[in-house]
Amino acid sequence: MLAEIGHLAVIVAFMVAIIQSVVPMIGAAKGYSGWMDAAAPAAVVQFLAVLLAFIMLTIAFVTSDFSVKLVASNSHSLKPMLYKVSGVWGNHEGSMLLWILILAFYGALVSIFGKRLPLVLKARVLSVQAMIGVAFLAFLLFTSNPFERLIFPPIDGNDLNPLLQDPGLAFHPPFLYLGYVGLSMTFSFAVAALIQGSVDAAWARWVRPWALLAWITLTIGIALGSWWAYYELGWGGWWFWDPVENASFMPWLIAVALLHSAIVVEKRETLKSWTVLLAILGFSFSLIGTFIVRSGVITSVHAFANDPERGVFILVILVIAIGGALTLYAMRANSFRSNVVFSPVSRESGLILNNLLLVVSTIVVFVGTIWPLLAELVMGRKLSVGAPFFELAFTPFMIILALALPVGAILPWKRAQLSRSGKPLFGAIILSITLGLLVWSLQTGGRMMAPIGLGLAGWVILGTLTDLIVRTRMLQLGFIAGLIRLCKLPRADWGKAFAHIGLGLTIFGIAAITAWESEDIRIAKVGERFEVSGYTFQFDDIKKINGKNYTADVGNISVFFDGRLVATLKPEKRFYPVQRMPTTEAGINSTLTRDLYIALGDAQGDGWTIRTYVKPFAVWIWIGCMVMAMGGILSMSDRRLRIASTSRLKSLS
Amino acid sequence: MIRVIFILLFMSSSAWAVEPDEILPNTAQELRAREISKELRCLVCRNENIDSSNAGIAKDLRLLVRDRIIAGDDNKEVIGFITDRYGEYVLLNPRVSLSNLILWASGPLFLLLGALLSSWFIRSKKNIHPKALTEDERTRLSNLMDN
Repeated sequence: MLAEIGHLAVIVAFMVAIIQSVVPMIGAAKGYSGWMDAAAPAAVVQFLAVLLAFIMLTIAFVTSDFSVKLVASNSHSLKPMLYKVSGVWGNHEGSMLLWILILAFYGALVSIFGKRLPLVLKARVLSVQAMIGVAFLAFLLFTSNPFERLIFPPIDGNDLNPLLQDPGLAFHPPFLYLGYVGLSMTFSFAVAALIQGSVDAAWARWVRPWALLAWITLTIGIALGSWWAYYELGWGGWWFWDPVENASFMPWLIAVALLHSAIVVEKRETLKSWTVLLAILGFSFSLIGTFIVRSGVITSVHAFANDPERGVFILVILVIAIGGALTLYAMRANSFRSNVVFSPVSRESGLILNNLLLVVSTIVVFVGTIWPLLAELVMGRKLSVGAPFFELAFTPFMIILALALPVGAILPWKRAQLSRSGKPLFGAIILSITLGLLVWSLQTGGRMMAPIGLGLAGWVILGTLTDLIVRTRMLQLGFIAGLIRLCKLPRADWGKAFAHIGLGLTIFGIAAITAWESEDIRIAKVGERFEVSGYTFQFDDIKKINGKNYTADVGNISVFFDGRLVATLKPEKRFYPVQRMPTTEAGINSTLTRDLYIALGDAQGDGWTIRTYVKPFAVWIWIGCMVMAMGGILSMSDRRLRIASTSRLKSLS
Repeated sequence: MIRVIFILLFMSSSAWAVEPDEILPNTAQELRAREISKELRCLVCRNENIDSSNAGIAKDLRLLVRDRIIAGDDNKEVIGFITDRYGEYVLLNPRVSLSNLILWASGPLFLLLGALLSSWFIRSKKNIHPKALTEDERTRLSNLMDN
């Protein structure tokens, strides 16, 4: 019964979305305010209907209702409660429903909090948002119904893929979807702006919070995914340039570009048509990502169950959405000319360089991701494009970006003199070069990664701090006065500083782990001691344990440094009988300066295969991501964004 | 009972990325083997290199790489040896060749194109002379100033 209610709710949402996409759009064109007014309540009703469907599906999972096909094939009665709930989106149909839920949720947010949004713009935005909703609700109803029943329900379910039974992965998809779908909002605003033919600072102030929200959640989602890979896959890799990872990375890069260009529109009313284009591109890459993950045209480590019919359906949605928006763009973009003046050396130019590098690096990732597909379709050749290519082709752009960042960020708007504005950065330049040289001279042989990466990280962080010192005029006014001014800086400035420092920290973590990791692979017997990079590891014992829905061998390894016990690691090798799948849970001890990482392998004779890593500063990769996300949150909480989004919008209508 | 059999089946068949018995005694050679392994794709896996893959064929390839190194091949020759037998699909880093031109050139090309376009745009912004105020705007401005 509950599943049928859920199915019905999806149908209701589908109908409401059709009405919401047609009526307000006509109303906006003809000036019927009653028709436009229909958009807001429709968005709320659509959200409530999808929410009801989602709750019904969740109940089916939590109560292990195996007469629902999706539950039978993705859940199990013995599964821990957390994974019963996360199992709702640990599969194609359920995750699609979550996707749509978030889409409808954002629509409802605009209708509730957008009271001051000009009626015409609001009607068009909600109409475009509903069009996306119609497309994906149709996709769900006609190709991926989550509420399908089984005539003969099994006694127990098939269980969720054990790799997905993990707290990190439980929250990874919701965050990613919040990001992907957040970009649908900026897309809807962009299309609405194209239809009405005008973009101004107030429009940018409405778009920026959505771009920020999408970027923050994508950052968190990607970081969670990479952290999961780090401790779950057994050798401490944290980024694989897998097509599905790239699918989330491309919208992230475009969102970064969009955030920055929206600032230019907001402050200087130029780069308007470019910003609209980025808003369209951002969501386009979200759709491309959805296509990559769900169509199976590109082989990847973690694609969903693949079905050509679904692939074609998404391809059609993709072509209509991207094609339609870009056509509209080609027709209307010329009306966004502005007569704003700025000199080649200015913040504006710096942000243009930022956008250029981010967009070109996105293109590199995109071409690399689809190249195997193109080569096979066009030339009939089977080839691979993997991590070594991306490291070579992508990294240089990030190096240039990091080099340019502190300079661009410190330049004033409109007109600047490099010699004058850049002068305070001399300290940062000298210090970071010294840092790089110091690292280079200290390491014996080895790779250039460490000195370059550490120098870059130092440059980004010190440059950002210099910017704060200059802005607060700490050197002229004295430390205390500067500190007071620092506290009074707008939140957006804090956001900028946090985000840039976070980037520097991540670069630092990446450089350190790539250059200085040490590895040891051996067969160790219980009681054996061995040394890796100054640490003594002692294999104390190994036990069999029974988890709720798995069995495991759990090793117990004591780690000593200078004769002192510093950590006890408990790596696990689990076996999930329902899916007949082994997984590894690495034993990790993290401090700010190093991770001790042990993965347990198979029993070999009377010993066990043990892989030990000492990874210096590994944890900074993720600390950096969180600091970046924190910067986004600070920026979003800036008063100016909130005030602008309510009062100054009147100028738009 | 069935469960136990399955576990045993799995235990025996699952290999484990680089295993201790594969490691070459000569550290320099082993390091080269690791480096080469990261460039080669495990043929039955989805986008995994042979260095981190658990599949049987990955192990075979790892051993083959080490055999070639011991036989005195340099890195290029080892990769060439494997590519000759398994095709270019095995290369995670595609060859820089004419047929892969777009792949390798897309970054630099778009950077050049973008740099030209944006420098043209930035230049155009330098030379704009703000339009003079219209009569209408001038009266509005003077009204504002008076208030």
